[in-house]
Amino acid sequence: MPRLVSHPDEVKIVSQRFGQGAAEIDRYLQLGGYEAAKKCLAQGPDWIINEMKASNLRGRGGAGFPTGLKWSFVPKQNPKPKYVLVNGDESEPGTCKDHLIFLHDPHAVIEGTIIAGLAIGAKMGFIYLRGEYRYLLTIVEKAVADAYANGFLGKNIFGSETEFTIVTQTGAGAYEVGEESALMESLEGKRGIPRIKPPFPAVVGLYGGPTVINNAETIATVPHVIEMGAAAYAAVGSERNGGTRLFCLSGHVERPGVYELPMGYNLKKMIYEVAGGIRGGRTLKAVVPGGSSTPVLLPAEIETLGMDFDQVGKAGSMLGSGGVVVIDDQTCMVEFALRTMSFYQHESCGWCIPCREGTDWLKKSLTRLHAGFGVAKDIDNIQYLAENMLGRTFCPLGDAAAMPTIAFVKKFRKEFEDHLNGKTCPFAKHVEMAVI
Amino acid sequence: MSEETMTLFSPQLAARLDALVKKYPVKRSALVPMLLYAQDEVGYLSDAVIAEVAARMGITELEVRNVASYYSMLRFKPVGKYNVQVCTNISCMLRGAYDVYERFQEELRIGHKGVTADGLFSLEEVECIGACCWAPAIQVNYAFHDELNPDSVPGILSGYRSAAKQEGTRADA
Repeated sequence: MPRLVSHPDEVKIVSQRFGQGAAEIDRYLQLGGYEAAKKCLAQGPDWIINEMKASNLRGRGGAGFPTGLKWSFVPKQNPKPKYVLVNGDESEPGTCKDHLIFLHDPHAVIEGTIIAGLAIGAKMGFIYLRGEYRYLLTIVEKAVADAYANGFLGKNIFGSETEFTIVTQTGAGAYEVGEESALMESLEGKRGIPRIKPPFPAVVGLYGGPTVINNAETIATVPHVIEMGAAAYAAVGSERNGGTRLFCLSGHVERPGVYELPMGYNLKKMIYEVAGGIRGGRTLKAVVPGGSSTPVLLPAEIETLGMDFDQVGKAGSMLGSGGVVVIDDQTCMVEFALRTMSFYQHESCGWCIPCREGTDWLKKSLTRLHAGFGVAKDIDNIQYLAENMLGRTFCPLGDAAAMPTIAFVKKFRKEFEDHLNGKTCPFAKHVEMAVI
Repeated sequence: MSEETMTLFSPQLAARLDALVKKYPVKRSALVPMLLYAQDEVGYLSDAVIAEVAARMGITELEVRNVASYYSMLRFKPVGKYNVQVCTNISCMLRGAYDVYERFQEELRIGHKGVTADGLFSLEEVECIGACCWAPAIQVNYAFHDELNPDSVPGILSGYRSAAKQEGTRADA
């Protein structure tokens, strides 16, 4: 069972019901559940969208797109049915927040889905969980059944004339499906291959109908925004970055765990105070701030860094999915880069050639380099290859593989050079066999 | 329902799959879950399972295989009764996942995608399973085991061995 952690600096909004038994609908109602959905039903779509815009809530999946703005893009008049699609295909390495949301607060996801549906005029919502989360799917499916039994879902939600139904879906193991257009393909029963954009999902999405796709954390936040009021929610965070975020602190910290902190919280403080510092009193070497696809940061870069989309962007990385991976001085960065690339090579769907060939080539180069068979030219070649993948693929998986690689080479070049000319890796116990 | 289905799928699974195709606005959406649920019962996507799913969905076997081959959890070969999936991705790696993985290899005497001679266990190195803050973590079938170290390995394995034994006794009685 995933261990829950807490720290005095936390502001518990999304996680306020964690560990309270709120997966049971009666308990969820006791804790004020489904009041936000009722309020939204009374207030109507324009009010909901304005509240969401005013809250400065931005997408928690990684891109940080303003949620209210996304909802407002859905055309009001459309011959095709509209859909809400909740992305619970959480698979960015370093990220495990949705795991806790589904486990402890599935009704918040359901309630948020209803509100999103009311805002855009959809009659159906989908909650897609990755295949590995089967025990969580069972929890979510029970919650959905309970919501139907209480009349919160169905033909007449909360006794009104409004219809809204929710369908749950399981994936079957694919990182790529976390990308929104691949997610729709997968939900339509196909290979999870990305679609070309435009048209964007808000216009042509699932089954060809206008579709709003939000991360599970974003959706679980929505009822809280309504409940607190947009202004109060926005006030918690930093400029243009409303509210809090579930930060997943993992790697070499004393107290790893999912902590809910205000947007803009200092990264150094997050590592040294909230997560208890570096394990075993060692020294910090690097931090991956937002899941494996975000460029690595050095200790000097995190001193005054506030964790919100704009500040991390300015520092040359991304806030991403909130997965903060902390790396100590005993870690080989070449091995770390290799493990990251092995992942992307495994997960590339093969649709776009720069990604399919690039990830494979990079994995081979990094494997060879790590095993001590690299030549000086390899280091530049790795950077050159990665730079040529950027922006040349349908979906961001190619970028996700290239961006961290460029940063590893740029910031740890010396360590790459230390592996050249048959030198053995100074750190690693685990060296993959290099097939040349 | 065909004669073959009666023997291929249990009545519970057949009923579940019947309900599944009615769940979506478009029937095709049932394909991926149908394959996964069928695999959970049969153990893998055998030729017979592919044929049955194709018939239920009203699409060709080739289309079914085309989709199934995309997803890493769907497999075309049997695995052990307990499929041990060790995450070695970054967060787990930093906290010693490779030591855990090596211990599993030693204890089970199999490598990546290997199956033990008695068919009880199989082993797989997998990508991130979404348990990064509780690393290193593994999944045995769908059950998570987290915050492991190499010394937790024998205990996990003996737990599953005795579960299998108990199941065996119940079946005999």
